[in-house]
Amino acid sequence: MSSRDEMLRRVREALGGARGAPPEVPRRYERRLSAEDAAAGADVPALFGERVAENRAAVRHVGADELATAVAAALWGREAKQIVVPADLPFGWLAELDGVRAMADRPAIDVDALAAADGVVTGCAVAIAETGTVVLDGGPTQGRRVLTLLPAYHLCVVQAEQIVGTVPEAVGRLDPARPLTWISGPSAAYGADMPGAEGMHGPRHLEVLVVED
Amino acid sequence: MTGAPPGPRTPAGAPGARGEPGAGAAPPKFAVAARAALADTGLRRGLRAGAAAVRERRSAAPEPADWEDLREAGRAIRDGALLGLDAHLEELERAVTEAGGRVHWAAGAAEARRIVTGLVRAAGAAEVVKSTSAVAREIGLNGALARAGVAVRETGFAELVAQLAEDDPEGPAPYRDRARIRELFARRLPGAAGGPPGDPAALAEAARLHLRERFLGARVAVTGANFLVAETGTVVLLESEGNARMCLTLPDTLICVAGIEKVVPAWADMEVLLQLLPRSASGAPMTPYVSSWTGVTAGDGPREFHLVLLDNGRTKALADEVGRAALRCIGCSACLDVCPVYERTGPAPYGPVRAGPIGAILTPQLRGVERAAEASLPFASTLCGACADVCPVKIDIPEVLVHLRGRVVESRRHRPVPTPELVLMRGLAWTMADPRRYEAAVRRGTRWARLMSRGGRIRRLPGLLGKWTEARDLPAPPPETFRAWWSRRHR
Repeated sequence: MSSRDEMLRRVREALGGARGAPPEVPRRYERRLSAEDAAAGADVPALFGERVAENRAAVRHVGADELATAVAAALWGREAKQIVVPADLPFGWLAELDGVRAMADRPAIDVDALAAADGVVTGCAVAIAETGTVVLDGGPTQGRRVLTLLPAYHLCVVQAEQIVGTVPEAVGRLDPARPLTWISGPSAAYGADMPGAEGMHGPRHLEVLVVED
Repeated sequence: MTGAPPGPRTPAGAPGARGEPGAGAAPPKFAVAARAALADTGLRRGLRAGAAAVRERRSAAPEPADWEDLREAGRAIRDGALLGLDAHLEELERAVTEAGGRVHWAAGAAEARRIVTGLVRAAGAAEVVKSTSAVAREIGLNGALARAGVAVRETGFAELVAQLAEDDPEGPAPYRDRARIRELFARRLPGAAGGPPGDPAALAEAARLHLRERFLGARVAVTGANFLVAETGTVVLLESEGNARMCLTLPDTLICVAGIEKVVPAWADMEVLLQLLPRSASGAPMTPYVSSWTGVTAGDGPREFHLVLLDNGRTKALADEVGRAALRCIGCSACLDVCPVYERTGPAPYGPVRAGPIGAILTPQLRGVERAAEASLPFASTLCGACADVCPVKIDIPEVLVHLRGRVVESRRHRPVPTPELVLMRGLAWTMADPRRYEAAVRRGTRWARLMSRGGRIRRLPGLLGKWTEARDLPAPPPETFRAWWSRRHR
């Protein structure tokens, strides 16, 4: 008997009469923002901005017409000279860059060049207000996962309509068949004796631009 | 968490990372193993500070208004996953395979070690990068890979420190403060020029630089998993350091080792579990990084994905109607953070499977209660119930502890030489079965007790009973028993 069959046999034997009688899942929890959160944040993009800041990331709210300027200003503020971007990043986002070289990920950039890059600019698939999270799914404006992993700085552009209130809303919008990365602030080395050791691996700095019309 | 628990339960230098289980002499029982930890004042200080930091973080982040509803849903989701485990595992295998991954089944630790070692060899790698995995520790994976000539590069901060220090994988993990970690790094990480100063950011930077080379050159990675979604074949992994993201993104081959109990039925269930786990682990509404993947994705990440499903005693726990609740665990470690016993002993005395209250109910079920080490774990608790109060999937840990204590006593009932406790209890049963024997015993006992008392208190009982009075006095019994008084009045 293969280990597979043996394990399945053991599971069935262990469960006996209880097998396959799943309890009803009581789903009384909130699927949308509670009145309290909504009131505190005035509106969803504002609440998202607050929570991103609580996650030790920088956040700015900009109008659609200011986006290119804001991207250039953020990169300038980081003294970024060489950045990488997904191949399908809208050209307009980078229109105001001056003195910053942007390398598109086509053909695929090798890991050493990615690791040497000063930053990466991407969009996202979904953002979550309640938790201050951006979720990337490798779709348009996001590129491969490694793009947002190796550079020292990640600038993420979030459109207001991409922001949902809660985790259940985000899970409902996302396709699990795609590789997903949920990012809530830069990484951290937790531990009693390591206070404030931020940016272990992955970008040391995360900055979010929230685009509202 | 398996995989990397997103939380801060162990002090930086004490990961509790044990190596080979079952090697060498039988491990000592809890009380004996705890002595070294209790004598280590540095460890105790670190544990106390760690627990206080977590409690502070948690009280700073108020519970969401629907927390109880989320816990109820979480409990039901995990119960449903376990009660339909056979069907979910088959569904998971189908979905992972369809998405280009391969599923391997390991009935025991040896088989799991063999599978992983074989996969690493087949990939032609002499080195693997590894992120924190409770299951890898449980099956002694590092030792097996080392024996096969494969260098294991631990990438979690605490595990890296333990590995650099060459901690005895079987001995207790010594506690290291920042100064000691700094000294270790200066000695062992040639890249950290001149030795980093002792602030946390510099230590993190030294580890980051050291590990980056490993990551960029790695061809095979080994990780754990927090959840396996049966419906879609998706693996979900939460972490705070980003080392797991490196492991699951950069190498060509990704090997994920997970217990069969990690299965959840549907993707929609993640809407509950992705709220319960981060908050319970660290108090934050979300862990810094959550990664999920389904099989392999062309042009993004590993080209080969292997999922190793491990039983290793889990089906034994599943067969116990009370004990199976322990398998609901989602690995948040909240029960460790509130446990008065764990706060003093740290992870080492609990052995290699899991530490803290959850370890006290899981380990004896996975490994059996025949040996003293496992048999002592259900007793390593004051039954205060703090763990049950914080458990996000409502595991009634004290109930399972009491149930397992019963199983331990039961397993000893038929030994050729009975335990002193059993002899005592049998004697009591014999005495109390007959009113005359009982009255005679009480009369005699009262006389002896009054002879031993000084100032109305007994400070020490004779023989084995003396253990009971090691930490407390006993009031002297009154001169006349109730029964004697009753029969005198109603003569």
